[in-house]
Amino acid sequence: MGAYTMRCSLKLLVPAMVLAASAAVAQSPNYNVGKPLTQEEIKSFDFMIGPDGQGLPEGRGSAKEGAVIFARRCEVCHGKNGERGVLRRLVLGSPGKPFRGPFRAEEKDSIAYYPYATIAWDYINRAMPVPKPGSLTHDEVYSLVAFLLYRNGIIQEGDVMDAKTLPKVEMPNRNGFVPAVPVYPPDPTKPNWF
Amino acid sequence: MDSNGSGRRRFLKQAAALAGVAAGAGAGSELAMKGQSANAQPAKPAAETNGDQRRGVRMSVDHITYYTPLQDYGGVITPASLHFVQYHASHFPDIDASQHRLTIHGMVDRPMSFSMDDLKRLPSVSRVHFVECHANSSPMIHSAGNPNMGLPVQFIHGMASCSEWTGVPLSVLLNMAGVKRGASWLVYEGADPGKFSHTVPLEKAMDDVMVAYGQNGEPVRREQGYPIRMIVPGWEGPHNVKYLSHIKVVDQPYHTWNESMNHSVVRADIGDKARWYHFEWGPKSVITRPSAGLAIPGRGYVQITGMAWSGGGKVSKVDVSTDGGRSWKEAKLQTPVHTKAHTRFNFDWAWDGEEAVLLSRCTDERGEVQPSVAELYNHWGITGEDAKKPNRAIHFNAMQPWRVARDGSVHDAMFA
Repeated sequence: MGAYTMRCSLKLLVPAMVLAASAAVAQSPNYNVGKPLTQEEIKSFDFMIGPDGQGLPEGRGSAKEGAVIFARRCEVCHGKNGERGVLRRLVLGSPGKPFRGPFRAEEKDSIAYYPYATIAWDYINRAMPVPKPGSLTHDEVYSLVAFLLYRNGIIQEGDVMDAKTLPKVEMPNRNGFVPAVPVYPPDPTKPNWF
Repeated sequence: MDSNGSGRRRFLKQAAALAGVAAGAGAGSELAMKGQSANAQPAKPAAETNGDQRRGVRMSVDHITYYTPLQDYGGVITPASLHFVQYHASHFPDIDASQHRLTIHGMVDRPMSFSMDDLKRLPSVSRVHFVECHANSSPMIHSAGNPNMGLPVQFIHGMASCSEWTGVPLSVLLNMAGVKRGASWLVYEGADPGKFSHTVPLEKAMDDVMVAYGQNGEPVRREQGYPIRMIVPGWEGPHNVKYLSHIKVVDQPYHTWNESMNHSVVRADIGDKARWYHFEWGPKSVITRPSAGLAIPGRGYVQITGMAWSGGGKVSKVDVSTDGGRSWKEAKLQTPVHTKAHTRFNFDWAWDGEEAVLLSRCTDERGEVQPSVAELYNHWGITGEDAKKPNRAIHFNAMQPWRVARDGSVHDAMFA
């Protein structure tokens, strides 16, 4: 054993290492960890809803059904009809008369502020009600969204919300955001604290 | 969570602990048979969620906030027990790391699920980065008439902390799953009760984002997202989703409630429209000693010390003024300076016993300079009285003036 043997084995090793590295790149990535996910598994947890409605599950609901659920599950924090609660006033304007801004301070808590109606479905489904998030059925979530959209003057009382109709709801504040379409990287002419 | 629930959890934990003692030797040999070392098993998080009372706590129905006492430590690493918390649910989840999975799906060739063991077997990196709540330093806290006026630096700027994070680069995981052509954004969520969700552009995700399981040499603490959290270096706090569980690769920003609604800001300079999708933190700094609430005992030598940082890269320079910004001198930076990390600066000063206004100003490696509050508000289109009651202004990186009175007491002079 000595320097000589070491040099010899290095000579042999280096080409082998180069080969191994290029093989790794060619087959990349292969760390031999992780498990494939089935579509069934994905369906069981994926409720991240896109602004165009991608990901919305089956189900339906109307404002009338939503009113009953709201009184039972939501009124305690958000107040009667979502108007005068201890937390986050969800309703501005009234049926037939949507609030059109500008949104000052707490007014941006209202559903009227949302650029897409789908955000309400995603958020209520994942995070509400605060003491027991995830306890609402899909029908109940559709119903609550329909109720809030109706109370904000954005849809009619009889409109049924489901995976097809919800993404089509035109939100009055759709153009109230800057930049209109979020882009990355942002405008290079402005400082990053803009 | 009702008290019965937590009581039951406690009982179950105690029962499990007793069972663990009884089964101790057996568990070890089982590991040996699987050819794994005990180290490969998920470590337990530090148990107490607010073990260090120095942070101070503010709680409401849907928020838990702890503030880092920036004035209390030296160097740049925030002890994990002092790291700030801004949490959007009523209680921290109690996650069994051996059961926790991170999934990646959406626009990928191979949707995948990773256990904690999987993640720890992948190439790891350790990097020093700050994390800062997007609402840190909010002008509402400084506002004249605000009952909080006069708070120490901890409660004004203490929703910012800095740690050495250890984990897997997100690019490694995304490459394993194989991102499809046309994908441009990620949307991801945690396993907390409200499944906090956020988006990040794919370009940033492939750059320096990491899935962290370690913080300052120990497992990420429960209130920091045990067993894993996203670390999005230099970007606003809400990007750093805790208890990370699902990542979906998509072709557009998904407009989560938190970023599109809760964290957008209506501003006068853009026609009362709302600015949304803030990404990086701008250059920022604050003198932590002396600072409001602390007193200078007497004239003579005073070390002015503080922290500077920028989401744009490394801090290249910090200037200090002791005369309210009329003249500036360069402070010494502690080395090494890490990128997108707190950077300690020190400045030797001899106080003459007269009233003084102390300021620090950060310049980052891209040459961007921390604005004064006047510059920032001019930019935002807020002036005069409006500036004292801004509309939930966030993303606030203006210079912080501290006024030293002749008796040595130090006061917040942001709007003085």
